[in-house]
Amino acid sequence: MTYDLAAIAPELFLLLSAVALLMLGVFRGARATGEVLTLAVLASVVTFALVWLGPSHETVAFGGLFVRDGFAAFMKGLILVGTAVSLVLSWRFIERENMARFEFPVLMLFATVGMMMMVSAHDLISLYMGLELQSLSLYVIAAFRRDSERSTEAGLKYFVLGALSSGMLLYGSSLVYGFAGTTNFADLARIFGELTAAGEAPKLGTIVGIVFITAGLAFKISAVPFHMWTPDVYEGAPTPVTAFFATAPKAAAAGLLTRVLMGPFGDLVAEWQQIVVVIAVLSMGLGAFAAINQQNIKRLMAYSSIGHLGYALVGLAAGTEAGVRGVAAYMAIYLIMNLGTFAVILCMRQNDRMVESIDDLRGLSRTHPAMALAMAIFMFSMTGLPPLAGFFAKFYVFMAAVEAGLYILAVIGVLTSVVAAFYYLRIVKVMYFDEPGEGFDRPFGRELSLVMGVTGAVILFFFAFPTPVLDGAQVAATALTGG
Amino acid sequence: MESWPLLSLITFLPLVGAAFILTIRAEPAIEARNARYVALWTSLITFVLSLFVWFGFERGTAAFQFVEKVTWLPAFGISYHMGVDGISMMFVLLSTFLTPICILASWEAITHRVKEYMVAFLVLETFMVGMFCALDVVPFYIFFEGVLIPMFLIIGVWGGTRRVYSAFKFFLYTFAGSVLMLLAILGIYFQTGTTDIPTLLAGAEIPRSMQMWLWLAFFASFAVKIPMWPVHTWLPDAHVEAPTAGSVVLAGVLLKMGAYGFLRFSVPILPEATAFFAPLVFALSVVAVIYTSLVALAQEDMKKLIAYSSVAHMGFVTAGIFTLNQQGMEGAIFQMLSHGIVSAALFLVVGVIYDRIHTRLIDKYGGLADRMPNYAVIFMVFMLASVGLPGTSGFVGEFLVIVGTFQVNTTVALLIATGMVLGAAYMLYLYRRAIFGKLTKQHLMAITDVSLREKAMFAPMIVLVLWMGIYPVSFLEVMSASVDNLITNYEAAMAAQDAPSLAALWPSG
Repeated sequence: MTYDLAAIAPELFLLLSAVALLMLGVFRGARATGEVLTLAVLASVVTFALVWLGPSHETVAFGGLFVRDGFAAFMKGLILVGTAVSLVLSWRFIERENMARFEFPVLMLFATVGMMMMVSAHDLISLYMGLELQSLSLYVIAAFRRDSERSTEAGLKYFVLGALSSGMLLYGSSLVYGFAGTTNFADLARIFGELTAAGEAPKLGTIVGIVFITAGLAFKISAVPFHMWTPDVYEGAPTPVTAFFATAPKAAAAGLLTRVLMGPFGDLVAEWQQIVVVIAVLSMGLGAFAAINQQNIKRLMAYSSIGHLGYALVGLAAGTEAGVRGVAAYMAIYLIMNLGTFAVILCMRQNDRMVESIDDLRGLSRTHPAMALAMAIFMFSMTGLPPLAGFFAKFYVFMAAVEAGLYILAVIGVLTSVVAAFYYLRIVKVMYFDEPGEGFDRPFGRELSLVMGVTGAVILFFFAFPTPVLDGAQVAATALTGG
Repeated sequence: MESWPLLSLITFLPLVGAAFILTIRAEPAIEARNARYVALWTSLITFVLSLFVWFGFERGTAAFQFVEKVTWLPAFGISYHMGVDGISMMFVLLSTFLTPICILASWEAITHRVKEYMVAFLVLETFMVGMFCALDVVPFYIFFEGVLIPMFLIIGVWGGTRRVYSAFKFFLYTFAGSVLMLLAILGIYFQTGTTDIPTLLAGAEIPRSMQMWLWLAFFASFAVKIPMWPVHTWLPDAHVEAPTAGSVVLAGVLLKMGAYGFLRFSVPILPEATAFFAPLVFALSVVAVIYTSLVALAQEDMKKLIAYSSVAHMGFVTAGIFTLNQQGMEGAIFQMLSHGIVSAALFLVVGVIYDRIHTRLIDKYGGLADRMPNYAVIFMVFMLASVGLPGTSGFVGEFLVIVGTFQVNTTVALLIATGMVLGAAYMLYLYRRAIFGKLTKQHLMAITDVSLREKAMFAPMIVLVLWMGIYPVSFLEVMSASVDNLITNYEAAMAAQDAPSLAALWPSG
């Protein structure tokens, strides 16, 4: 049992910190918000260190409910970076926007614990528990500005659709349990492996179950056709929350989907591959076309993230080790680009109010050259232009797709990236080609400049030092596929 | 200089200059002046360094020289591999030669956001030079695509009235083509297990059916970049709206990237597909040469006219490459170099009067020879070089291409030769309308002749045009061994399998 506890040390630490911070908040009241936020960032950093320094070999704990391996560690690293940076981004925002309550950072931490559970799940039951811990916290955070109609609407929408997807996931899990007799990933993998080795097709009920599980998880990564909530929630939620939604939960859900499909259902690639291919194509297509007409930058980012998850799924569709590596690398680079972009969006304030229209960025290169440069780097990177990091992200997923012989998927993917280039370029155009507008309130705050600067530098100079991310992704992929 | 990483130095020195310019902080006027000087000196030093490549280059061998190799992505065997052979070496020089000229050309024309402009140009130089030096497909692609970022900004920020439309069109056309090339590169990687260009050149042995698809994917990218008819429509827009120096570098170097791609990838790595599709390329080249020449004849805008003439001249290049014989290929490469200087110079020539009168409409000019005798002479030299007058660089390239084409298909040779006649027609027509006649227009009465700065820009270009026209051997000897090797490898690959061609369906010319 002590050994089991050692396996979940990072989660345990984060959970205890969250509880402690909750107590601190309860006893000290709203005055403690600043402290709670600082300590929450600190807790995520320490947890990151615990994940980083923890042993790398695979450990299954709690009777097969929980697994700690290289893949989980990589994804947890991403999640924690997403959480920590989102907390930093919300620093000034929650005070300015009158939502400085200590529950906010605490809820983010609880959500993070849920996400870490998700990527470490080794059983359909623990998967569901992690997912719900995450989702319930996120519903509340989305509606955190309860006096704002849009925020409340976002929270409610997210809740209703999220509950639906959880239901589908549960239904799928129960079908799989009914036909396979177990919920444990290792047992499921063994059963399906034997089935495939014997040359038998899996029972129809199993496949229906897999479809439902995939659909439920596709909701969480907002893949088309389960994306409807995304633009509204992105637009309605407070901006730092949107930044959080766009990063950590996406990484967690993508990691979870990868683990579920490659782990227990790894031998049924032929059954789920076509689903993933269709979802990927639809997501890339919708992400590219629907974003063209958006005027609100947060909505644009919502469609952009739908598109990006589509690209990540291209890697998953390959169903190979290279594919998993592609997904892991893609999510890492996607996370950094998004954090940077949201740092820029958070700087968009005029007369002490947030502005969200793309048009407000006009002439930014004149009024705030450094900020425009950072944003241009992110936009070109999201387009997938070399030598920026976004190119390498796409390179790896397409590499996996071509290797797996999914040529048509790859061609559709690159062509949609050309369409998507249009709206990313539009932002560059607004910033660089148009005459300046009013300009934004200064100062932005050091933490925002810092996040912009660091993420921008990482994206710009990724080509020179690609190995940490790529090796990490490789280790993650090897851990998951056992290759 | 053997131990120096000379090519990397040439490639990345402009980036150092760009970084330095970014650190300049001063009053706007001083800042702009410093940025100009830093950019000029950086590009001049880069050019001087590239002269070491020219003099240190060993003629008569097809091997890659000045090779540098550093492991970059060991997991995939992708390395940072640089080197030049007889084909790529002169394009490196062309890039480093044109960049200082571009910066001089922008000296007075660019008045706002000078710092950013100079940074964009230096970054552009890095990508251009890197592309011609890269000996690994992945770095090649990175440099090839990277060019889009600075060029997009140069057109969009410092361009004319329709700059936004043109910048987007330029970007999206080129991007759409090159993403397909990325997939082809991945396809080659998985087929052969390597991204190293010299290894691929030594014999890739890709199955025929796969070659066809890969060739088409490469073709999508290179045809847009060259540009070939019918995907050339971005070029006139981009040229017209780009600032003068942008047009210069676009016509001078960027158009050559596509043709270079054919020489580096399509022909040697996909020989069977090349043979199969050669008639297609001939057909498109002939259309390009004749159709765009006729279009050029009807233009009212000087820059547009020269842009269309570029498409026509690049038609010679594509036809020459796909003759797959010594004369045709050498002619094509020579034509690329010649066009790189001549069309660049013609855009500068237009830029000179545009800077003074701020219009590009031919009708607004006339009788310039009266007030601008030196200008008229300079214009004439480049105009005649563009026409292909013997003694200028244009003649050698076009002549060799026609000789090469004649051996393959007389009909194509005949049609392409018609292009030379049409070329003479539109260029002379342009020259007559702009330079000769009576100087009657009021706004031209006070126009001044070329300044010292402008003379300094044109002088080296005139020298080169005449040198290439009178003594082409100094350039041909650089490339001949590499071209010879390319053709030998190609024929060896073709002899191995007797493949049918589209040409088999055609009556032999």
